[in-house]
Amino acid sequence: MTRMVDSDAAQVALVLGGDRDAFRVLVERHSRKLFRLAYRMTGNEQDAEEIVQDAFVRAYRKLDRFESRANFSTWLYRICANCALDRMRKQKTEDSHREHEREYEEGATGPLAVAASEAPAPDRLVMSEQLGAGVRTAMAELSATERAAFVMRHVDGFSIEEIAKSLELSIGATKNSVFRAVQKLRRQLEPLVSAAR
Amino acid sequence: MNHPDEQQLIEYASGDATAASTVREMEQHLAECAVCRESVEGVKRVVAAASAVEIPEPDAAYESRMWHRVAAEIEPRRAGFGWREWFSGRRLAAVGAMAAMVIAAFLAGRYSPRPETATPTVAATPQVRERILLVAVGDHLDRAQSILLEISNAEPASGAAAKTVDISREQKRAEELLGANRLYRQTAQKTGDATVADVLGELEPLLVELANGPSAVPASEIETLRKRIEARGLLLKVRVVSSNVHEREKTTVKGSNNL
Repeated sequence: MTRMVDSDAAQVALVLGGDRDAFRVLVERHSRKLFRLAYRMTGNEQDAEEIVQDAFVRAYRKLDRFESRANFSTWLYRICANCALDRMRKQKTEDSHREHEREYEEGATGPLAVAASEAPAPDRLVMSEQLGAGVRTAMAELSATERAAFVMRHVDGFSIEEIAKSLELSIGATKNSVFRAVQKLRRQLEPLVSAAR
Repeated sequence: MNHPDEQQLIEYASGDATAASTVREMEQHLAECAVCRESVEGVKRVVAAASAVEIPEPDAAYESRMWHRVAAEIEPRRAGFGWREWFSGRRLAAVGAMAAMVIAAFLAGRYSPRPETATPTVAATPQVRERILLVAVGDHLDRAQSILLEISNAEPASGAAAKTVDISREQKRAEELLGANRLYRQTAQKTGDATVADVLGELEPLLVELANGPSAVPASEIETLRKRIEARGLLLKVRVVSSNVHEREKTTVKGSNNL
């Protein structure tokens, strides 16, 4: 672990010295981890790849602000989370109109509600697939900040303080974002989770 | 303790209840209340389900593809504004390589056959050649001195938000001087004029950095540069050598007039 961190710092120093190709090592080393974060936040492969690309480009341009004593991986993760947030907020604005139209056409029942109404299915596999679809739908209905806070807290295990710093929120606002995310997920998913047991 | 509200339940289940007293009270309550115990377990199950979403694994070419996408959007970095790297081994090596090319080009031009009719008789005399060179080097040093002075006295524009200094004019002039600086330095080395060669050699990394650096730099970088110029006595050296060159220029003019 220490070797990896040292090695990241060495690559950063090379890049700062003008060796652009040294950045390739960092991209290849960290892009898969960033993809998982971006995918969890967006639920879409293409978006996730674009977010990872944006994150690396942003990191490269801000590299002289990276403090060598810090952990490069964590620094990169934060940049990626913010790139994902930016993109989700932008998409949310663009999609909101289309979404209202879709909800109206479905008679105020989203796919999750349809899935829940069809439960309980006898087959556990079917339930598992329904649960997976339910999770994706429920996650998609969280706000960008709630989703980022939830993923960072409950998937990647960051502390509330670390999330607050990364997302530039107060401790209280961060705690509230995590709480609201779990609250919304609970309302959507509890029937499915109970049925899947 | 009464039944906790939803926020207390969720924060406790998420491990985000911070006050020790709240945690203690929750634990006491949960030990007695099956309904709240089940609620906490329900929250944990939901969190576990939402966290366990299957992530598609990118294909084997993903890392390489990502690098090519990133590489298409980034430019090679310069090492900051570069003042710290004036005399780094890497930079000197690069300057050396460029200088070698210039010397090769210079010597190739100097020793390649020329049409016999092309050279006027007067221009071929050593005194006239030296005078032309001294005039050119003197003018070059004056212009370099002017750049050093302007950089040393540069201030951020009033109201500049980020306290940056616009050095675009100096940058353009450094670009113009750079090629000539290399040529004069090599010529001075070749003719054994060590003083001129040395001062031009000290100027060169500065001109390279100025010509290739950003046109707006933080005031702090300018301050660093100013200290470097002072520490090396560069402005004084350029001034003294320039003055000597102008004196020699006059002497050469007198000498050639006496021919």
